[in-house]
Amino acid sequence: MTDTATEAPAGVRDASPLGRLAHIRWSDFSLVPVILVLMVIGFIVSPVFLTSGNLISVIQQSSELSLLVLGQALILICGRMDLSLESTIGIAPVIAMWLVLPSSAPAGRFTGVGLLPGWTAIPVCLLVGLAIGAFNGFLMLKLNVNGFIATLGMLTMLRGLHVGITGGRSIIDMPPSFRYLGMTDWLGVPAAVWICLALFAIGGAALAWLRHGRALYAIGGNAEAARAAGIRVDRVTWIVLAVGGLLAAFAGILYTGHYGSVAANQGNGWIFQVFAAAVIGGISLKGGRGTLFGALTGVLTLQLVVNVMTLGGVPALWNQFLNGAIIIVALVISRFASGEKQD
Amino acid sequence: MAHGPDGPAAAPEAAQGRGMGSEPALHAHGIVKRFGPTLALDGVGLTVRPGESHALVGRNGAGKSTLVGVVTGLHRPDAGAVTFGGAPAPAFGDRAGWQSKVACVYQKSMVVPDLTVAENLFLNRFEGERIRWSRLRRRARDLLAEYGVNVDPDARAGQLPVEQRQFVEIARALSFGARLIVLDEPTAQLDARGIQRLFTKLRELQAQGVAFLFISHHLQEVYDLCTAVTVYRDARRVLTSSVADLPKDELVAAMTGERAGAAGTSWRAASGPARTSSEPALRAEGLALDGEFEALDLAVHPGEVLGVAGAAASGNTALGETLAGMRRAGAGRVTVQGRAVKPGSVPHALDAGIGYIPEDRHRQGLVPDRSVAENATLTVTDRLGPWGTVLPSRTREFALSMIGSLDIRTRGPEQPVSGLSGGNQQKVVVARALARTPVVLVAVRPTAGVDVKSKDALLGVVRRVADEGSAAVIVSDELDDLRVCDRVLVLFHGRVVAEYGSGWTDRELVAAMEGVRDVEGVERTGERS
Repeated sequence: MTDTATEAPAGVRDASPLGRLAHIRWSDFSLVPVILVLMVIGFIVSPVFLTSGNLISVIQQSSELSLLVLGQALILICGRMDLSLESTIGIAPVIAMWLVLPSSAPAGRFTGVGLLPGWTAIPVCLLVGLAIGAFNGFLMLKLNVNGFIATLGMLTMLRGLHVGITGGRSIIDMPPSFRYLGMTDWLGVPAAVWICLALFAIGGAALAWLRHGRALYAIGGNAEAARAAGIRVDRVTWIVLAVGGLLAAFAGILYTGHYGSVAANQGNGWIFQVFAAAVIGGISLKGGRGTLFGALTGVLTLQLVVNVMTLGGVPALWNQFLNGAIIIVALVISRFASGEKQD
Repeated sequence: MAHGPDGPAAAPEAAQGRGMGSEPALHAHGIVKRFGPTLALDGVGLTVRPGESHALVGRNGAGKSTLVGVVTGLHRPDAGAVTFGGAPAPAFGDRAGWQSKVACVYQKSMVVPDLTVAENLFLNRFEGERIRWSRLRRRARDLLAEYGVNVDPDARAGQLPVEQRQFVEIARALSFGARLIVLDEPTAQLDARGIQRLFTKLRELQAQGVAFLFISHHLQEVYDLCTAVTVYRDARRVLTSSVADLPKDELVAAMTGERAGAAGTSWRAASGPARTSSEPALRAEGLALDGEFEALDLAVHPGEVLGVAGAAASGNTALGETLAGMRRAGAGRVTVQGRAVKPGSVPHALDAGIGYIPEDRHRQGLVPDRSVAENATLTVTDRLGPWGTVLPSRTREFALSMIGSLDIRTRGPEQPVSGLSGGNQQKVVVARALARTPVVLVAVRPTAGVDVKSKDALLGVVRRVADEGSAAVIVSDELDDLRVCDRVLVLFHGRVVAEYGSGWTDRELVAAMEGVRDVEGVERTGERS
C-alpha cells in the first residue's frame, strides 16, 4: 500500500493527516467566522455584550430552539422533514400536565384529570413526543403520505389540541420535577445549556462513529443505494422521526421549566427558525449532507444577531425582519462562496 | 442479397420496388456524431421510402438511439445531412419545424396521463385564448377518425391500454404533418394481442403513405412487419437490405460481426467443467415474479460463474434483483449453501452470503456525496468497530485495502465518490459487494458505461472471485460480460429459452436473446410453458 501511496500520483496519495484536511467540508464551519464577527460587533455596540450574564442568557435562550434544530437536523440528514416539531414542544407538556394535575383547582386555573402521580409528568411528556414522532413515521413510511403535507397536518392538529385542552390559557401550576431542569444552574451555567451541549455531542458522535448514525447519510444521500447495501432504511428513518419527536418534547420540558408555565402559543412559529438555523448551518434540505456542529452554529448565529441588535437599540419589532434577512444573506453568501447550490 | 455499406446507394430502392420516383421520406447520409471522445456515429446513412416500414437494428451501443436523436432534431450532427421528402431538414432547434416532419414514439409514455385524449392531442395548440371544450372534442374525434383510431377523446390518457396510447401519440404526430414516425421499441410493454393490434394499425397507416422507422430488439417482429432493414454495428452502417432477401442467421451475423475466434476479449471461461459434484452455493427453486419472469430453477456451484442473458424486457434484471433481496419473489425459494434465505430482504441476503452489484450505480449503487471509503464499507459497517461503532481508522484501513486490491484510481479514501470516473465508481460498487466476502456474487450489468480497460478489470475480478471458491451470477446482455461465464442461461419474455456451456458463439446467443427461434445451432433446453 505504501508503494502506491508514494509512487502512483494518480493513486492513493494523501495518507497523511494533512492530506485528509483537503476533504473536510469547510462549509460546515462557515458560520464560525460569522459568529466571531458578530461578537466583535457586539463588543463595539455595547460593553454589556461580553458580560457572562448576557452571553449565558443568549445561550439559554438558544437551548430550547437548538433541541428542535437537533431533531430536525437528524431528520433532514436522512432525507425527510417534520414540521410538527413546533407543536410537539407545546402539546407534549400539556398532555403530561393534563394527566397529572388534579381535577379540582381554584377558579380560572387549568384543571387536569389527575389520573397519574406527579412524578410521571416527565416520562409521560417524553412518551407523548416519541408517540407523535412515531405516528409521523407511520404516515410517511407505511401510508406513503407526502411528508410535508402529513406533518403540516400534524402541526395544525396538535396546535388545535393544545388550544382545545388548555382553553387557550397558560398553565401555571406544574409538578416540581418539571421546574427543576429549566431553573437549575450547574457550575454557574443553566442545566439546560449543559444538557443541550451533551445531546449535541452525543448526536454528533453517533453520526460520526456509529453505524446507524452513518446510515443516516447514506439514506439521505441515496435511499436505494442504502437499501441495496443492506441498510434497513424504513426502520432507521422511523427511529429518527421518533427521536425527533422525543427531542421536541424534551425541549418542551426545558422551556416550560424555564418560564414557569406552558404558554398557549408555546412554540408557535418556531419551525421557520428551526429550518433557517439548519439551512444556514449547512444542512441540505435534500438530505445526506450537513453536520450537527453546523446546525448548532446556525442557532447561535440567529440568536446572536437578535441579541446584538437589541443591545444596539434596535426595537424588538424588527427581529422578525432581521431573522428573514439573515437567512437570505446567508444563502446568497454560501451560494457564491461554495459555488454549489444551497438546498 | 445483402450488401455492405459500400454497396450502390440505389440498391435499397431496387430491392424495395415501391415508391420509385418519389423522394424518400427520410434520407440521411454521412452522419458523424461525437460525444466527447466517443464516436457515436461514424459517417452513417439511412433511407426510408414513403409508406415503408424500415427496421433499424443493432446491439446496444451500435448507434441506433443517437441516429434517432439526429433524425428527430434532438442531436446536431457533426457532419452529414438529413432530408425529408427531398427538402433539407429544419434548422437545429426549430422544434415546430421538426414536428411537422418526424415524430418519435418512445417506450416511455409521452402523454400527460391526467389529461383527456383530446387535450393531449391538441396540447398547446388550442385555438384562440379561451378553450372551447365541445369544439376541442369534435376536432379530436375527427382527427382520430381520420386515422381510424378507435379511442374515446374524453378518456383520460393514462387509463388507455399501452397500444391505444401509442395510437394517440401517432395520431398527434400525424396531425402536425409528420409523415415519418420513429417507433422506439414499441412492443416492449405489449402482449401478443396488443402487438397484433399495433401492427394492423401500422399497416393501415402505411397504406396511407406514412413511413415508419422501427427499432426493436425482437428480430421476429422485424420479419413480421418490416419491408427493409438496416443494421448498425459499432457506430457504422453494416447492411441495408430488403427483409425478404435476408435470412435470419445472416441478419444476426451482421449484428454481431464475425470476429475470428472472438479475439477482442481477454476473459473467457476455462473450458474445464465446474465442480458440479459439490453442493451448490446458490440454488433457486421455482422462483417466479409476477409480470417479470416465470417459475425457474437454477443452481450455481462454488467456483462457477453463471450468466443470465436476456434483452431489455426479458426479466433477467428482475431475476438478479430478486436473488439479491431487492424484490420479493412471488413464488419459489432461494437457498445459499442449503439454507433458505428470507425473500425480499437485503439484510438477510447479505447475511446469507449474497453480494450484490446493482444494475445502475447512480440509482442503487452509490451515495454520490459521500466518500469512497464510506461507500465501499456501506455493507460492512457492523464489522468496523465494537458495539455498533464505526471507527474512522478501520474504515480507512479497509477502504485502502479495497482501493489497492481493485486498483481504484482515487485521490484517497476521503474523496467524494462522485469525483471518480465511471469505471472507478463501478469498482467502488464492486468493492462494496465484495466487502463481506460473499459466498455468491450477483452482478447485474456490471460493466455498463465503463471504459474498456475497467471492463476487463471488473470482469477479471468476478472471475477471480469464482476461482477463489465463491460462486458468481452475471446478469447481462453484453456478450463480453457473458464470455466470463462457465454456463449461460438465456431468458426471453420471462422464460428460460436456452442454456449453453462455455462454447457458444456470439451468433447463437444473440439469436436466442432476440427471440429468434429457427437459427441453426440454437439448442433449446429447459424450456417450459
